[in-house]
Amino acid sequence: MLDEILTVTFLTGFLAATLRIMTPILIAALGEMFAERAGVLNLGIEGIMIIGSFAGFAGAYFTGSLLLGFVTGALAGALLGLAMGVLSIRLKANQIVAGLGIWILCQGLASFLNRGIFGVVSVRPSVSILPAISLPLLNQVPLLGETLFNQNIVVYLTLLAVPVFTFIFRRTSWGLSIDAVGEEPHAADAAGISVSRVRYIAVTFGGLMAGLGGAYLSLALFGLYTDDLSTGLGWMAIVVVVFGKWRPWWIVGGALIFGAANALQYRLQALDFPLPYQFLLMIPFIVTLVIVVIFGRGQKGPSALAAPYERSEL
Amino acid sequence: MQAYGALVYSAFGSVNGFAETMVKACPLLLAGLGVTVAFRARFWNIGAEGQIYAGGIMAAVVGIYITGLPAVVHLPLTVLAGAVGGALWGLVPGYLKARLKVNEVITTLMLNYVIILLAGYLIHGPMRDRASGITISPQLLQTAWLPTVIPRTRFHAGILLALALAVVVYWLLERTVLGFQIRTVGENERAARVAGVRVGRTIILTMIVSGALAGLAGAAEVAGLQHRLVDEFSPGYGFLAVAVALLGNLHPIGVVFASVLFAALLNGADAMQRAASVPVPVIFVIEGLVIVLVSARFFRQRSG
Repeated sequence: MLDEILTVTFLTGFLAATLRIMTPILIAALGEMFAERAGVLNLGIEGIMIIGSFAGFAGAYFTGSLLLGFVTGALAGALLGLAMGVLSIRLKANQIVAGLGIWILCQGLASFLNRGIFGVVSVRPSVSILPAISLPLLNQVPLLGETLFNQNIVVYLTLLAVPVFTFIFRRTSWGLSIDAVGEEPHAADAAGISVSRVRYIAVTFGGLMAGLGGAYLSLALFGLYTDDLSTGLGWMAIVVVVFGKWRPWWIVGGALIFGAANALQYRLQALDFPLPYQFLLMIPFIVTLVIVVIFGRGQKGPSALAAPYERSEL
Repeated sequence: MQAYGALVYSAFGSVNGFAETMVKACPLLLAGLGVTVAFRARFWNIGAEGQIYAGGIMAAVVGIYITGLPAVVHLPLTVLAGAVGGALWGLVPGYLKARLKVNEVITTLMLNYVIILLAGYLIHGPMRDRASGITISPQLLQTAWLPTVIPRTRFHAGILLALALAVVVYWLLERTVLGFQIRTVGENERAARVAGVRVGRTIILTMIVSGALAGLAGAAEVAGLQHRLVDEFSPGYGFLAVAVALLGNLHPIGVVFASVLFAALLNGADAMQRAASVPVPVIFVIEGLVIVLVSARFFRQRSG
């Protein structure tokens, strides 16, 4: 058994699978980072990913274009992010309860729409998944190159987004505004920044990213939609943000761990690993628990996280 | 309209319809009470589903494998095992939150996935009834069954237990020291600390009670209804319980009404599907909408 695991084929396959599976978690986590740094805790991410994967699939199926599929998924996600914004910013709802509600609502809605549009059929409708693009030169790297640098465009774009986001938060006034309303909303307000506008933009963008991450599941990984496409990936994204201390590169590290846990589980199942498959399926959830216990302990996020903003009367 | 007519009739139109509504209300009420206790301490227990499974597994183990006991001992032991299972599965996130400040939303949720998979393993593996063609556990011994109360229906004694516990939880929250501490921690943790409430200890006790109530829901399903451990014996009751608790305004008596309402909706959903082909996931849409609306109405947060 062990010699089967310690082969180059297994390891490169495992690494490639890790990259493929970490991507939706990473996309969603980067989006959630924006919302949380602005002070909005969106626990509806898992639900938004589910809707994103359905809307993305439906969009691609009916237009015949994967690009339009991703656009549909992202737009659906943005709409739900905006809804979370209205709940938490305008209605000052409890963000934990509101996020939960969005999660459950989306689960039902996706399943309902799926039955309504595609019916209950024995052969699921499918689309051909996003093709891999082999990077010239890099794919020549011995052993790893052929699998690691042979990914779809979204994987590359997501990794490219990381330094861009780092730059936005370090060097631009947008990033400064987001951190200001998340850390010191009263001071930001006094400095002439519209707290609710920045928060709306951040949480809507977070929803957009979660929708995109969901669309990735149906359009780049599976090529079809089922109700249980994203079992817990959205929740893992939320853990990744905490693990990543709300910083882009750390979040990549967190997503890598979760990608690896999921990939390991798939790979071991494919190998007929002598452990009941239910225990293999547990791996990512147990990893999440261990990580949140070790790294989530008393982690302090943005100081105004999950607190609605009200102007104090002076 | 036809669909709504079918819904109302199926839920309350006959003795059997009423019994079936109460059969569905039972796990919702018990788990809803569990969620209520936790939420009153502002402990966001999303793990009722997992605690139901933990209770169901424990009840099944005691009900199937402990033999030779008279019903007066075996049945209470089975029900108690369910409560203990749920309490243990609630204690873990309670302890992690109280002592290590670990976010409970994530721990309770992950523990759901873990225990549901564990139940699946038990049913497909060690606890599988080899004589049966499908993957279910053997039947519980008859001495561990919750008796049927209304003849020729599935209305079992677990429903009466649930209703009695609603009163007990009301008493616990409103009339006991622990209840006072739970409410104080929920309303203002800092003030509770200043007033000498041991916050960590209160959170742990809260989650033992909360988990035990959800565990009883699992035990009632196993010992009162299925009489076996079956795959997905809780089709999301623990999540629906969050909506039930919130709609009941986190008040035990309100939760009774909310659970009956949702049970009627659940049963009605089947009838609606037959009468007007409204698919079942609609119930989740309603559930989610209720939670979203309630979050804005009742749960305004203190400003930061």
